[in-house]
Amino acid sequence: MNQKEPIIEVTGLVKKFGHFIANDHLTFKVYRGEIFGFLGANGAGKTTAMKILIGLSKPTSGKVVVADIDVGKQPERVKHRIGYMSQHFSLYDDMTVKENFRFYGGIYGLSRKQIRERMRFYLEKLGMESFEDMLLKNIPLGWKQKLAFSVANVHNPDIIFLDEPTGGVDPITRRQFWEMIYEASDNGTTVFVTTHYMDEAEYCQRVSIMSEGRIEALDTPKALKEKYKAKNMNEVFIKIARNVE
Amino acid sequence: MSVSVNIQNLKKSYQKVKALKEISLDILPNEIFGFIGPDGAGKTTLFRILTTLILADKGSVRIGNYDVVKDYKKIRQITGYMPGRVSLYMDLTVEENLKFYARIFNTSIEENFDLIEDIYNQIAPFKNRRAGDLSGGMKQKLALSCALIHKPELLVLDEPTTGVDAVSRKEFWELLKKMQKKGITILVSTPYMDEAALCDRVALMQSGNLMTVDKPEQIVNNFSETLISVKTNNMYRLLGDMTGFEGSERVYRFGDALHLATRMKTKQIKENVHRFLSEKGYQEIEISVTEPVIEDCFLALMEKPTG
Repeated sequence: MNQKEPIIEVTGLVKKFGHFIANDHLTFKVYRGEIFGFLGANGAGKTTAMKILIGLSKPTSGKVVVADIDVGKQPERVKHRIGYMSQHFSLYDDMTVKENFRFYGGIYGLSRKQIRERMRFYLEKLGMESFEDMLLKNIPLGWKQKLAFSVANVHNPDIIFLDEPTGGVDPITRRQFWEMIYEASDNGTTVFVTTHYMDEAEYCQRVSIMSEGRIEALDTPKALKEKYKAKNMNEVFIKIARNVE
Repeated sequence: MSVSVNIQNLKKSYQKVKALKEISLDILPNEIFGFIGPDGAGKTTLFRILTTLILADKGSVRIGNYDVVKDYKKIRQITGYMPGRVSLYMDLTVEENLKFYARIFNTSIEENFDLIEDIYNQIAPFKNRRAGDLSGGMKQKLALSCALIHKPELLVLDEPTTGVDAVSRKEFWELLKKMQKKGITILVSTPYMDEAALCDRVALMQSGNLMTVDKPEQIVNNFSETLISVKTNNMYRLLGDMTGFEGSERVYRFGDALHLATRMKTKQIKENVHRFLSEKGYQEIEISVTEPVIEDCFLALMEKPTG
């Protein structure tokens, strides 16, 4: 965390759907290069908040600054500075690996040459050079997931948002995926990640836990375990989510 | 009165992909039996054969006294199935979904209400809400109610807790234990290794094979290596430095620690690791022997060639 320079600054964020308050005055910062775990029960408001951070939804009130851009005012500008990978991996099954890279690189305004270089770099790193002309649908899930992460990084974003990226993959692949996350973080990319695997919460440098639209806790996993006298993050999570019911 | 399930030499391929590679397995009456494994292990294929939705290429399955091919109509009457992609009508309300499933099976919500009462009480406040507007945890509970509405003898649940938060998962398992007390045999699949401990017996699955079938505590007992937990001030660098450490069978992140499996003497490997890490300049070094859990066993079994 380089000199604690904030890259995400959320102040008093409120999002209402009719009378329902999905996000109730969220205030938090994420620092450059940090791996930030954004946890919460189903329906706690994580997805709503994440959609606002990436410029897909407007806040009802409050201020959200991502990579020095006021997201409420300039939602389009922020999209060039971030990468996003959803649980469904967002790659096109009926296109080849190369075509997926070209498509996403093109959206982000990269030149043909830049796209080619970035693709070579990632495929080589993953040992997937021979996959270049394969259709996505013929590639096993674990590989697809690593590709999706690489494609989301194709334009060298400041921040990458990962929404439950590891659902359903085997324990070895899940660990390999986290090594990619660490590597990105080491290179200065900020990682904002949601997950239901509580052991993965331990891999984050700091985590927040949401419940019923509010952030109930935010700290390092170690500090949270001490505060809630829990032996792991699963216990912390259950204590927090149960308490507010 | 509870039913057993007997699976013999079951094989299924989709074109070139071998989804199930000749599986044999007996599930006892009234067991909660777990199938633990990642996507592509063959869990859903197996469940679809058991629930008479697809045919195997080879082998047979009996549920109680019925054969899944010959007696498929009877099996559909005694089986409750909750597929992975939630089987609800999103534009119907909670109550309409329940009524719909009840009528398909020629019964009513009232007739078997005692069976679903506990679950239904939790979702009753939302009974006029559309299923599509429920949270993930609530959807799962409604889907479970729908699968139970005709009082099945066998309940087949395909990844009921995937994508569900840790609290709702815990509640869901408490409900399953109650269903078991009513005499139902329960087959459940999950990618969450920690849920294995909640089953009576489990099969660990990978690429169409059963790697092992046993009681969860027995699988843990069978772990033949010593497991060392290592923590330091820099966990990211630690994995890189420790990978391939002399005397280790495998090294991997596990929660807030690093796990190192070894066949060496405990005292010696602890000393070796400590010396190595001190020389590398690590601080806050903690090295201890730790008990394996199912995920450690799964990782160990994944390395063994299966056939």
